[in-house]
Amino acid sequence: MTIGVLALQGAFREHIAHLASLGEEPRRVRTADNLTGLDGIILPGGESTAMARLLLDTGLLQPLHDAIVDGLPVWGTCAGLILLAKDIIGDGAIVGSHTAAKDAVSHSAPPARLALMDITVRRNAYGRQLGSFSTSALVPAVSDAPIKMVFIRAPYIESAGPSVDILARVDGRIVAAREGHMLATSFHPELTDDLAFHRYFAHLCHARTSAARSA
Amino acid sequence: MTDANTQNQLNKDLAEMLKGGVIMDVTTPEQARIAETAGAAAVMALERVPADIRAEGGVARMSDPAMIKSIQAAVSIPVMAKVRIGHFVEAQILEALSIDYIDESEVLTPADDQNHIDKHAFRVPFVCGARNLGEALRRIGEGASMIRTKGEAGTGDVIEAVRHMRTMTDGIRRVQAASPMELMAIAKEYGAPFDLIKYVHENGKLPVVNFAAGGIATPADAALMMQLGSDGIFVGSGIFKSGDPAKRAKAIVEAVTYYDDPEKLASVSEDLGEAMVGIHVSDIPAEERLAQRGW
Repeated sequence: MTIGVLALQGAFREHIAHLASLGEEPRRVRTADNLTGLDGIILPGGESTAMARLLLDTGLLQPLHDAIVDGLPVWGTCAGLILLAKDIIGDGAIVGSHTAAKDAVSHSAPPARLALMDITVRRNAYGRQLGSFSTSALVPAVSDAPIKMVFIRAPYIESAGPSVDILARVDGRIVAAREGHMLATSFHPELTDDLAFHRYFAHLCHARTSAARSA
Repeated sequence: MTDANTQNQLNKDLAEMLKGGVIMDVTTPEQARIAETAGAAAVMALERVPADIRAEGGVARMSDPAMIKSIQAAVSIPVMAKVRIGHFVEAQILEALSIDYIDESEVLTPADDQNHIDKHAFRVPFVCGARNLGEALRRIGEGASMIRTKGEAGTGDVIEAVRHMRTMTDGIRRVQAASPMELMAIAKEYGAPFDLIKYVHENGKLPVVNFAAGGIATPADAALMMQLGSDGIFVGSGIFKSGDPAKRAKAIVEAVTYYDDPEKLASVSEDLGEAMVGIHVSDIPAEERLAQRGW
């Protein structure tokens, strides 16, 4: 299967390496033409404002949006999750490392988003870099073994609509969720050796492609 | 509290998130917002850009914490700031401000002519400049979780950035091709920790992200450094010393994403207005070059 990785900015090479080690065919996506023939797409970690700016300026935002609306499976990690979310809260600018973000106006929210997943996301929810952490948790839908989770200036999901399945929580916060063909994690499976989440997403892409072929 | 090894890994991981991005020097909250709007992956908060430090002379020190806080309050992207080489108290102050990254930088006047900061003693990440593989591995050995080639800051002349990136790549190739028996002699020659030489031999790359810096002034300069193997770009004086900073900032961001697409590079390079006025590195006396600071 050909699985795209949005390659505008951020940690896209790590996703590409994980997909390749599962035997999938990864493809860098930087233009609308790159979307043709994909079985799925990953929106990687990086800076969501930088990615949003590039999506907007290069004309990729609308074709990517339309492809996902048409059923292209998508997985957003960290910044990718922010791009997918319908609602964002929290003023990104935080002074303390462990203070929760304020609910004030999001004056530096990304300039554009896909806004497709029925989730409300809190940006920079754990503070600045001193608030970054790693942990392990069980994600029963994805693997029988605990999954290592790396949170880098991470967001979390504050609330989710009725059509969203919550896949994992850490300290009571939602950190992984799925809505149909859309998957979102606030941590970075691509920065660990564990391939379970990539395998899970590849299954999701495979199921969609098989269903489309038999339809 | 996160243990030191985990924190060091998290700090390297933050650098991974900055890859393919542009880190811009800013001196005011307004400039920080212009940089963020243009798509910067992070900003470097400082009182004077390198071109002004060079022109005005005097001792260059860590910026006023009030100025750094005003920039932290203005943007959501990571905020970095510089400390003098070896000035661990300036670093303690920046850590107290919860800065996202500290640059132990040759652009400021060094505070110690023998030693760099013991970066393992800090929880916040450090980026350090390097001219070659040995210098990069010494800094990583001290705890840096990101490297940038030094170039020659404040000149707008890319020649040193190119030289340092090529020297680094040559060093990596040599270590990779050496037999295991030769590694200790190479470690001795480069003045680099043996375990890190061994890492480079086995992996063919640095154990941390490596950006390019010092003299990058145009989208073409940025794409040149990316094609030479940089993970991303620092632009200091090149943006806010140019005629149209917002436009140039956006063009350099796009040039880093589409670094191998000449048609795209042509279109983003159009009508950018005046680039910063440059200084030939060859006209700067050797003892006044910033890149030679660092031991």
